[in-house]
Amino acid sequence: MSSQAKPAVAGKTCNDKMLLRLYIAGQTPKSLAALANLKKLCDQYAPQGYQIEIIDLVKNPQLAKGDQILAIPTLVRSLPEPVRKIIGDLSDTERVLVGLDLHPVGRDGAGDSGV
Amino acid sequence: MPGNRLKKDSILQGIEKSPSGIHGLDEISRGGLPKGRTTILCGGAGCGKTMIGLEFIVRGAMEFGEPGAVIAFEETPEEMTRNIASLGVDLQHLVQTKKLFMDHIYVEPAEIEETGEYDLEGLFIRLEHAVKSVGAKRVMLDTLEALFSGFQNAGILRAEVRRLFRWLKERGLTTIVTAERGDGTLTRHGLEEYVSDCVILLDHRIQDEISTCRMRIVKYRGAAHVADEVPFLIDEQGLSVLPISSMELQHRVSQERVGTGIADLDEMLEGKGYFRGSSVLVSGTAGSGKTTICSKFAEASCARGEKCLYVGLEESAEHVARNVRSVGIDLKTCAAKGLLLHEAWRPSQYGLETHLLRIHQIVEKLQPANVVIDPITSLLSGTSPLQAQSMLVRLIDFLKTRGITAVFTSLTRGDSSAENTDLGVSSLIDTWLVLRDIELNGERNRGMYVLKSRGMAHSNQLREFILGRDGVQLVPTYVGAGGVLTGSSRVVQEAVETAAALAREQEIEGRQRELQRRRDALDARIQSLRAEFAAEEEEMLKLINQGRAREDLLLTNRADMAQSRRVAANGSRLKAGAAKGTL
Repeated sequence: MSSQAKPAVAGKTCNDKMLLRLYIAGQTPKSLAALANLKKLCDQYAPQGYQIEIIDLVKNPQLAKGDQILAIPTLVRSLPEPVRKIIGDLSDTERVLVGLDLHPVGRDGAGDSGV
Repeated sequence: MPGNRLKKDSILQGIEKSPSGIHGLDEISRGGLPKGRTTILCGGAGCGKTMIGLEFIVRGAMEFGEPGAVIAFEETPEEMTRNIASLGVDLQHLVQTKKLFMDHIYVEPAEIEETGEYDLEGLFIRLEHAVKSVGAKRVMLDTLEALFSGFQNAGILRAEVRRLFRWLKERGLTTIVTAERGDGTLTRHGLEEYVSDCVILLDHRIQDEISTCRMRIVKYRGAAHVADEVPFLIDEQGLSVLPISSMELQHRVSQERVGTGIADLDEMLEGKGYFRGSSVLVSGTAGSGKTTICSKFAEASCARGEKCLYVGLEESAEHVARNVRSVGIDLKTCAAKGLLLHEAWRPSQYGLETHLLRIHQIVEKLQPANVVIDPITSLLSGTSPLQAQSMLVRLIDFLKTRGITAVFTSLTRGDSSAENTDLGVSSLIDTWLVLRDIELNGERNRGMYVLKSRGMAHSNQLREFILGRDGVQLVPTYVGAGGVLTGSSRVVQEAVETAAALAREQEIEGRQRELQRRRDALDARIQSLRAEFAAEEEEMLKLINQGRAREDLLLTNRADMAQSRRVAANGSRLKAGAAKGTL
């Protein structure tokens, strides 16, 4: 996983690119599921582009302090402001979208066509 | 099988304890908190949970060589450092010297969106990092319950908390977890269900506008402990838990006697004074001279070169010093020599327990040989008799175990009996002096007697207690038909008695003189009678001789006559002649 954990950039890049940090602790099933779910979501719903940084706390425990990480996995959206935290394996797509301030499925397409 | 079990028991040998180093806490927990286990400190807001936890960690790091890790959920390390700085502890220094690790875990529910499965591995990782970075043996989680507000999935949370406690135990970390008091439960989120090795409940109560913090060990698995509620105090010296009175009555007993400072009082107590280490109660109404007796004792203590603590609860030190100066007691010099510590504070300043604690602290610091508390009754106003008694029992017990001679005064209200102290401690007191007012003939005088004094043949007299410019005297009173005479009545009585004695003496002398006179008169009469008799005797003898002479003459005459007759007659004359010839 750590090979993939290098800043994985996908989609278009523009000014308000989403910066995401995914905190995991070793390669647990929950962490793997979270990463998979995240990629799928971002590809689908983040037209402005995104960047994912994966932080393994087993390797860098001191990094947990910065974002006040308790739950694993935790997804932190550091940009755009405000900072948002989403915990869990990101299996509940709707809640993840709400958490990331992304447009949900139905209106997303409508919005796109409108623009 | 039984052998096996025995072996196991000997291995276990009770649980190991981590000393907290906190004054009194180690006593009630009989050695400290369970080592390698988790202790819950629960209580309401403001009762000192964090302070106690921090002190445990800090003392562990400083005194017992056990580094600590503090995970704070509510306060930042900076805030904590500032808070405990008031106790004179520099957390920064401990952090720099790698004896302490502090981490602040901030949980903001509004920022968190939960989607699907998660666990709290992040917490474990941070905890492990904290423990590893200083090699911590002691851990404090202040207030773990913040987690419950941060995460909504109760099922996951409970499982994780359980895992956390197991995790701590597996690593042998002596842990303190603070928790808010719940409604009807020990902790709001039922943490005590997870950890059940040791639960300490803190309680903060306001009674008569005075707050007292109390502590109780609700549970201590596998170890003996004191189960009572114990008051504690957090002040500039840190936390102090009031040690309970020892269960055993095993005071050291001294045969040594200490002077009371009043020669006449010493004399009433077998001429030697109080026993060292005994408790003395001086009770009396207002103005009966209690403070003077105390001050005399304090002065005498200093004169012997012993330290004395004088706790004044009604008058300031200056006041007492000035007032007793008028009866020739010099407390200022004693204080200047450093032998007398006069502490005065208002009784309403603290709660009962705090008073007790303060006295404890001063005694521990000063190590006096004698203690005066004047008056002890003002400590007890407004408290329930039960509390008052328990406080006094503890105080007396404390002083006795240290072999301190203590003099307490007790103010008796005018309307109650002199022997009623309202304190219910009479049985704890070794020597009890009762001062009372005696009103007679328009004046009021002081009287004193020894109500009891254990272990000595004390005087049973009521003495008059006289305060003069040059000191204190105890004068025997007059007990007459009209009652006890004191003051000027006594002086009058003394004069009357002296006069009466003089009169009696004069009367006796007079009688003796009278007797002598009579004897002389008798002798004189005897002399004169004798003289009279002698005269009479002389007269009588004269008469007797005269009679006898006359008889002789008569006989002679008769013979002459017969002779003359025989010349004229016959033979009969011869006879007569013969008779005449014999003549």
